[in-house]
Amino acid sequence: MSADPVQGLGFDATVRRGDLTLTLDIAVPPGEVLGVLGPNGAGKTTLLRALAGLTPVSTGRIVLDGRVLDDAATGQFLEPAQRPVGLVFQDYRLFPHMSVLDNIAFSARSRGAGRTRSREQAASWIDMLGLGALARRMPAQLSGGQAQRVALARALAGEPALLLLDEPLSALDAGTRLDVQAELRRHLGQFSGPTLLVTHDPVEALVLADRLLVLENGAMVQQGTPASVARRPATDYVARLVGLNLYAGRAEGDQVSLPGGGGFVVPDHGQHGDVLVSCRPASVLVSSRDNGAQAPTGWSARNSWAGTVAGLSMLTDRVRLDIDATPSVLADVTAASVAELGLAPGVAVWVSVKATDLDVYSSLAP
Amino acid sequence: MLGPALVGVAFLVLPLAGLLLRAPWGSLGRVLATADVASALRLSLLTATLATALSFILGVPLAWLLARSQFPGVTWLRALVTLPLVLPPVVGGVALLVAFGRNGFAGQYLDRWFGVTLPFSTAAVVVAEAFVAMPFLVVTVEGALRSADQGFDEAAASLGASRMTVFRRVTMPLIAPSLVAGGVLCWARALGEFGATIVFAGNFPGRTQTMPLAVYLALESDPDAAIALSLVLLAVSVLVLVALRDRWLHSSLFR
Repeated sequence: MSADPVQGLGFDATVRRGDLTLTLDIAVPPGEVLGVLGPNGAGKTTLLRALAGLTPVSTGRIVLDGRVLDDAATGQFLEPAQRPVGLVFQDYRLFPHMSVLDNIAFSARSRGAGRTRSREQAASWIDMLGLGALARRMPAQLSGGQAQRVALARALAGEPALLLLDEPLSALDAGTRLDVQAELRRHLGQFSGPTLLVTHDPVEALVLADRLLVLENGAMVQQGTPASVARRPATDYVARLVGLNLYAGRAEGDQVSLPGGGGFVVPDHGQHGDVLVSCRPASVLVSSRDNGAQAPTGWSARNSWAGTVAGLSMLTDRVRLDIDATPSVLADVTAASVAELGLAPGVAVWVSVKATDLDVYSSLAP
Repeated sequence: MLGPALVGVAFLVLPLAGLLLRAPWGSLGRVLATADVASALRLSLLTATLATALSFILGVPLAWLLARSQFPGVTWLRALVTLPLVLPPVVGGVALLVAFGRNGFAGQYLDRWFGVTLPFSTAAVVVAEAFVAMPFLVVTVEGALRSADQGFDEAAASLGASRMTVFRRVTMPLIAPSLVAGGVLCWARALGEFGATIVFAGNFPGRTQTMPLAVYLALESDPDAAIALSLVLLAVSVLVLVALRDRWLHSSLFR
């Protein structure tokens, strides 16, 4: 077990919920926003529930600013109501029978402040978050973005020492999401305690988080700064999320062989053993293989291989090709190339990548 | 299919229509204004309301226990609690007498320690009515608590609300429609209670003689009064139906 941090959050525990077992050892210092990424069922929500006290830990402990929230060994368990934890639920869970003002005043009221005093406090939060016009509305009369801001205000009004956000923007439409995202970033910047932000939107994680933690099947598979995770994904899930091609293989000097067949010539940094190779779809060159056309020359020969277009999807300014080959690859081309090369599902193509566009790194370090 | 269905409708509607046709409309006011009838009406309203209040005090926490706890035997407890729904009320009356009668296993202590004798008092009417009617409230409220989104309770707890505060400020307001529906059902059932009341509380005008008892008695001596009283109870039933119409029409009552 790692030493309990005196400031910030220390979580070193196993939590069971349904079929899932989450085992994790992390520390989040005050002021840091930790983005928790992962596919459905990875344990993201379970982590938040354990921190909020809605699901107790099976083994291990949770410590916040030196205070034990949950310790399976000693049986210490702080009830959810006693924890200085603010939780913004994915579906907001604003109390439908209370006005926005009373929703935000709920926490102070529950902790013993009188009605008038709670409302005064709530009003100051309403001012701070620019919700003045909404104070008297009922939750059913709010738009998604407004409800999100009210939910955040309600959580912050409890003056928590730890802030938990469960997919805070997932219920919003794309346009609203950008506005709320910018605003959320500002508020998270002002919050002095540790924040955990669960998301499965990579952009949200990149924009809002100081550090990323990737969970899969109840365990951490990668952590690091958003930039490092985006550049060097450790698993297929992360690679797909950030839109990279990722291959696991064995390196021998400048040669990487893949277990499923095929291989790459890579820049030789003297790497040996298990490595990951990533490349951006935009770096993949696609050319015609019709009528026995040869692979393009002028490239490293080993990095050209034959494939068949399996699918095309339009991105904003280019077309993403899903190409069946050994190994299979995603390639981004312009709409003009699609027309010139007559690309369609079933069309035979050559796929080429420059060795210098391949990023090779060890698969051992998460 | 249509034939039996129409006969079915007639079977249900004809007796009520007969009640309306035979009603002594001209003398209705006079009949209802007689002292006996007025006191039976007053007593009925009072006891049904008190029985409903008692049912709320005991039944809502009970419904909460049944809906939210998972201790072994909760299924049995639920069956036991709802037994009065199907139990013949007369049996309920006999059971109450055995339990709370002057020599009953609980009643003798009430008598000895507190000098309280329940049977054949107005309080006995309330107890009998609550015994029969409370399960209606419990079943309705329990169903609502089960289908209520517990996410709101979790949200309230995460905001620092104690269990009692969660219950009072979040859980209860969110199931308010079911509380009203359960209360109305319970009150209507209490108002119409006959079997348990006559066994446990007897039939003393002004003290334990409620409307249904008065109807039964009046049928012998003054059929017009019986019909007039029946009309009042019918009107109350119709009002209850109207009050609950959304629930009857749009969803099953016992979700």
